[in-house]
Amino acid sequence: MDYESFRHFADIWGLVYLVVLFVGIIAFTFRPGGKKGAKDAANIPLRED
Amino acid sequence: MAFMDSHKKLEKNASLLLVFSFVVVTIGGIVEIAPLFYLDNTIEEVDGVRPYSPLELAGRDVYIREGCYVCHSQMVRPFRDEVERYGTYSLAAESMYDRPFQWGSKRTGPDLARVGGRYSNAWHVQHLIDPQSVVPESIMPKYGFLLDRDLEPEMIADNLKANQMLGVPYCDEMIELAAADMADQADPNADWEGVLTRYPKAVTGDFDGDPDRLTEMDALVAYLQMLGTLVDFTTYRADAEENLR
Amino acid sequence: MKHAAQVIAVAAAAILALFGAAFGRDELFQAHAWILFFVLALAGYLLLQRKTSEDAALIPLKDGEGGATAYMDGPIRYGAVATMFWGIVGFLVGVVIAVQLAWPQFNFEPYLNFGRLRPLHTSAVIFAFGGNALLCTSFWVVQRTCRQRLFGGDLVWFVFWGYQLFIVLAATGYLLGVTQSKEYAEPEWYVDLWLTIVWVAYLVVFFGTLLTRREPHIYVANWFYLSFIITIAMLHVVNNLAIPVSLLGSKSYSAFAGVQDALTQWWYGHNAVGFFLTAGFLGMMYYFMPKQAERPVYSYRLSIVHFWSLIFLYIWAGPHHLHYTALPDWAQTLGMVFSIMLWMPSWGGMINGLMTLAGAWDKVRTDPLIRMMVIALAFYGMSTFEGPMMSIKTVNSLSHYTDWTIGHVHSGALGWVGMISFAAIYFLVPRLWGRRRLYSLRMVNWHFWLATLGIVVYAAVMWVSGITQGLMWREYDAEGFLVYSFAETVAAMHPYYALRVFGGLLYLLGALIMAYNLYQTIRGRERQERPLVTTATAAQPAE
Repeated sequence: MDYESFRHFADIWGLVYLVVLFVGIIAFTFRPGGKKGAKDAANIPLRED
Repeated sequence: MAFMDSHKKLEKNASLLLVFSFVVVTIGGIVEIAPLFYLDNTIEEVDGVRPYSPLELAGRDVYIREGCYVCHSQMVRPFRDEVERYGTYSLAAESMYDRPFQWGSKRTGPDLARVGGRYSNAWHVQHLIDPQSVVPESIMPKYGFLLDRDLEPEMIADNLKANQMLGVPYCDEMIELAAADMADQADPNADWEGVLTRYPKAVTGDFDGDPDRLTEMDALVAYLQMLGTLVDFTTYRADAEENLR
Repeated sequence: MKHAAQVIAVAAAAILALFGAAFGRDELFQAHAWILFFVLALAGYLLLQRKTSEDAALIPLKDGEGGATAYMDGPIRYGAVATMFWGIVGFLVGVVIAVQLAWPQFNFEPYLNFGRLRPLHTSAVIFAFGGNALLCTSFWVVQRTCRQRLFGGDLVWFVFWGYQLFIVLAATGYLLGVTQSKEYAEPEWYVDLWLTIVWVAYLVVFFGTLLTRREPHIYVANWFYLSFIITIAMLHVVNNLAIPVSLLGSKSYSAFAGVQDALTQWWYGHNAVGFFLTAGFLGMMYYFMPKQAERPVYSYRLSIVHFWSLIFLYIWAGPHHLHYTALPDWAQTLGMVFSIMLWMPSWGGMINGLMTLAGAWDKVRTDPLIRMMVIALAFYGMSTFEGPMMSIKTVNSLSHYTDWTIGHVHSGALGWVGMISFAAIYFLVPRLWGRRRLYSLRMVNWHFWLATLGIVVYAAVMWVSGITQGLMWREYDAEGFLVYSFAETVAAMHPYYALRVFGGLLYLLGALIMAYNLYQTIRGRERQERPLVTTATAAQPAE
């Protein structure tokens, strides 16, 4: 297999893939309504014992 | 907002978290490693690289056992100072039969990729017995005990066979004659024609200073003396299309 | 007999080991089999000597209370002790090999040569010290944050003892010369197989506990632990693929060769750092930092971004270990770009950890454990800045093959991994043995300063020696000749190597003080000492 075709594919789809992933993670994490759940989860270690 | 809720699901579902994390961590490796097996220009096209002779392979196994890679690299980088100090920069083709590779990561001692032929056998033996006697600044440990350890001829054929299973081009004849070839290469009175046909450019003769014994010292020095000597650089064209990477 | 099954299993394994010793193909395999036999014989003897279950016999607390829902802390107690023990072994071997580099006459051929001891040092600190710290803290954290007893019952003990057996086999193997020469993955095929079994059991225990948890959320520390476990499983299996020459022999040949083998190894090697020494210890940080500070992590949502970006990016960074080698250029560039990107999630995590103290900064002054965690995060931040910088090809051309890399690794390992583990163990020990407090907080303070000073000396000395070495190698005179022979550059390193021994000794001394402190704590002693901060000052508002 040759390098050029690999490189061409990576230049386009690799970039698209990384952008989508980045936006996706940020959107997931900072979704509206997630704040309460996060606050809840953050307190898990402090609630035991 | 079903889409937005799915991360919540992930946060609460251990199996999903497991699967998703696993997928995420596989991607980088697949993208970087897999193409190395498929891209034609990963390994240059050169003349001269051949599998290790039985004696060299035994020596290489000693090199690995003693952890030489911890202090010595076998990878000359394409810089002016390294090329002047050590010789032509290393090609991927030169380690194509190295299982595992010995490129190293630290130069507490000098690079050994092209040490072959630079010093005499006697120098190597003396240096391994007592490094500071030859290089006073050296901080290398002593390896004199290799002189007392005989090579075990009954094992070498199996070692070649394991390499053959992995795709190293040892033919059946080479495996059959492995023990004899190993002894012959280090025997100053042997007829080396067979060894040299099967393993061109192999360095022959006594290595450890004791022609009557076949020791690990013989093997290690034989290995060191062939390092970096195989490629025929008169026929290698670095700027050829198939060698550009 | 309560432990009949275990005794039979150990005895059967010991007999197998005896067969290995008798019929082994090479003397190294035979020697290794003998060692295995004696270890198993000792284990069997100890099992038989045990009168009752050790939870009841040894430690008069927690495990039993509350019936089936009580936490399983026995293995964690053992893990804490093992962490301390292997830590001291690893640091000690480190000091020994540092001495060998400064004064080569301290090499004793063949077993105690530098080439055999160096893998012993790296494996002892990474896998024995770090690995036990991860095992025992992950068991603690997953139980507390899931409100559930560890899944698997005796399987947990199998994981603990199986892992110790792996360490013993790996360590004795290095001294004998049983190695496949892949850095941080030196153990030969049969030890690798054993570790795979133990690791799968570990995953079953950890994941099983997550599945049976009684807390709806999976706390983020567990994400880091989980990703560390599965990624290490993947890396370990792929990088160690090999064909053994004989099923009764110690030698194997790698499934990959040359350039492919090199990238597979550094894909493994760098992620041993990324997942073993980073993700796992971040899990530790995300639990123990909020716990000791008594406040939730600064931003939980930042920790989620931290998690996904860290595990996604880290796995790409391996090729930066192979800059300017025969690895194709595209792979080197890709590795460099992702390494630089890694700076961001790493610092996100550091800031998240540090900012947990927002509004309670006075704890850095009053609480030596918090101080340890803060310095750990500071070193984490420093080495995750230095790492991306060193992965830039032009910088790497100078730093690669020199002591700069060694200094970098140690600022991460001693500073980040070591300090966060010490803090976690200091946190755990009084709680595990039901003690009111540590034997001595002043000793923790001494440990803190000795260790910090040791790291600073070590790292600074290695920077200087590394950069000196790199510059000497490439120095030309006016006529265009290389100025220094290689031997001259070796001689120039001597003062730095001697100073490094001093740095290492300080760090080892700190660990010895810790061991004494923990020993007294476990015995139930409390040292009568002046408080670290007088109450008058402590009562002042922190502003």
